[in-house]
Amino acid sequence: MPTQMAASLCITFSPSTSKGVSLTVARECGQLVFLEGLKSSVDVFFRAQVEPHPLQFLREANAENLQPLYEFVREALKPVDDGEAAWRCPVLLVDDLSVLLSLGMGAVAVLDFIHYCRATVCWERKGNIVALVHDSGDTEDEENNILLNGLSHQSHLILRAEGLPTGFCRDVHGQLRILWRTPSQPTTQRDRSLTYQYKIQDKSVSFFAKGMSPAVL
Amino acid sequence: MGAGRGKPRALPTRPQYRASAEGGSGADPGGEAGPAWSGVGGAGDVSRPRVSGRRTGACGLLPLPPTTAPNGSSGPSRDSVEWEGRSLLKALIKKAALGLVYYDLFRDPLNWAQTGKALPGGPLGALQAMCKRTDPGPVTVALDSLSWLLLRLPCAALCQALCAMSRQHACRGGGPAAEQLCMLGLLHRELHGPGPTGALSSLAQTEVTLSGTAGQASAHILCRRPRQRPTLETLWFSVLPDLSLDLQGGPPLESQPHPDPHTPQVDPASHLTFNLHLSKREREAKDSLTLPFQFSSEKQQALLRPGPGPATSRIFYEPDAFDDLDPEDPDGDLDV
Repeated sequence: MPTQMAASLCITFSPSTSKGVSLTVARECGQLVFLEGLKSSVDVFFRAQVEPHPLQFLREANAENLQPLYEFVREALKPVDDGEAAWRCPVLLVDDLSVLLSLGMGAVAVLDFIHYCRATVCWERKGNIVALVHDSGDTEDEENNILLNGLSHQSHLILRAEGLPTGFCRDVHGQLRILWRTPSQPTTQRDRSLTYQYKIQDKSVSFFAKGMSPAVL
Repeated sequence: MGAGRGKPRALPTRPQYRASAEGGSGADPGGEAGPAWSGVGGAGDVSRPRVSGRRTGACGLLPLPPTTAPNGSSGPSRDSVEWEGRSLLKALIKKAALGLVYYDLFRDPLNWAQTGKALPGGPLGALQAMCKRTDPGPVTVALDSLSWLLLRLPCAALCQALCAMSRQHACRGGGPAAEQLCMLGLLHRELHGPGPTGALSSLAQTEVTLSGTAGQASAHILCRRPRQRPTLETLWFSVLPDLSLDLQGGPPLESQPHPDPHTPQVDPASHLTFNLHLSKREREAKDSLTLPFQFSSEKQQALLRPGPGPATSRIFYEPDAFDDLDPEDPDGDLDV
């Protein structure tokens, strides 16, 4: 469910295209650089690589860091054609970081990768990063907890998507809790957190206040 | 986007801050997450503190009441995901910084860029080198964050390095150690177990733990001065957008519900179709009733003094024609 949520979220960022954004078209226009992890991992194993592959850590027994993956991100952000079409306010979407943990990387290595991405994407290029981490609620999984908390402390905005505490509902798929971590808001009395409920539709998500689902009104 | 639950865990002392700019391009308020200052993994945004090349040991005024340690040697400020502490640390620096030297380790803490400008020994080596470069005299080092160091170094090594730094600085300065080097560190309490957190706490003279209620942040300040009793104090504060610190006296009023004194007490049994009230005689009878299975003092006395009379019980049995009672063998009629 959270994976679907992340994909749907980026669509609702541009409300004028309520029918969804065609990622294929965006990729052809050069607006989207897409690293497909599954396909690329096949290249790592079955094709000889001249230069370090972004997913090089899959081949190495003791991969210590995700520097090749960061270098891929940095190269992708470099302006093409000598700066004519420079990236303006880029957005890096990472889906998802928990997969890197299950592929054998340590939580600190993943946090370092995100730190370097922040330095490049957020500070140099004035962009944003949206990263997804799963929380299974398992307190025994220390690595995932370190990753989740470490990422939370680096974030300005935390979106927690979880199921309804009362169970499954056909019309309300879950609730989203938004937590602002920066106090530098225009008014200090602003709410630090908001909770919405949502329903995932075919190509978009509809949000509403708690208890205000169209199905029950 | 973090999906799931996060559990909610800068010593406000002498505020002479040091941070040093290395390649910093001056004030750059734009951008989503610019580097902070003395950035070991810092994620500053908006305004950076004033950067100047002057290094001074001058002391600034503290907004906090003097009960907090004036001569603290070091202390972690513990925050959590819900109540973040970075803004408090920045506010304290801004309040008191007269000469600020800024070390920017945000962009390349692990030397991935291989520019050749990195100091040997990683971020800890950089920290030690920075302390060695300072002029002798009172100085404060602010670290954002200690958690970053603690995740990458063994806890014992970090503690030893912190102690060694303050000792070395004291030796160079010639004054008592407590007045020479003051260290502020930001620690994220969900990231570490009780062991490392406790070890760092034991090094500290003052600990500030951040939490809050009803949208208002609070700081619980535990102060351990040598040869004095530890003191615990709670302050409510907020950090304004220009990084100034606003202290409030007590918890926010909305969180203290008080009963309305003008509401009359309503008797719920007054408008019923049946009577729930007791008369005086009924009430007396009810109060004097002892419950059968309640062990009262009267029952205890009765058991302790077994007397004749109702204490013994007898069974009366009338045999009919088919009974064949034999007192010697009462079970003789059984066909066993």
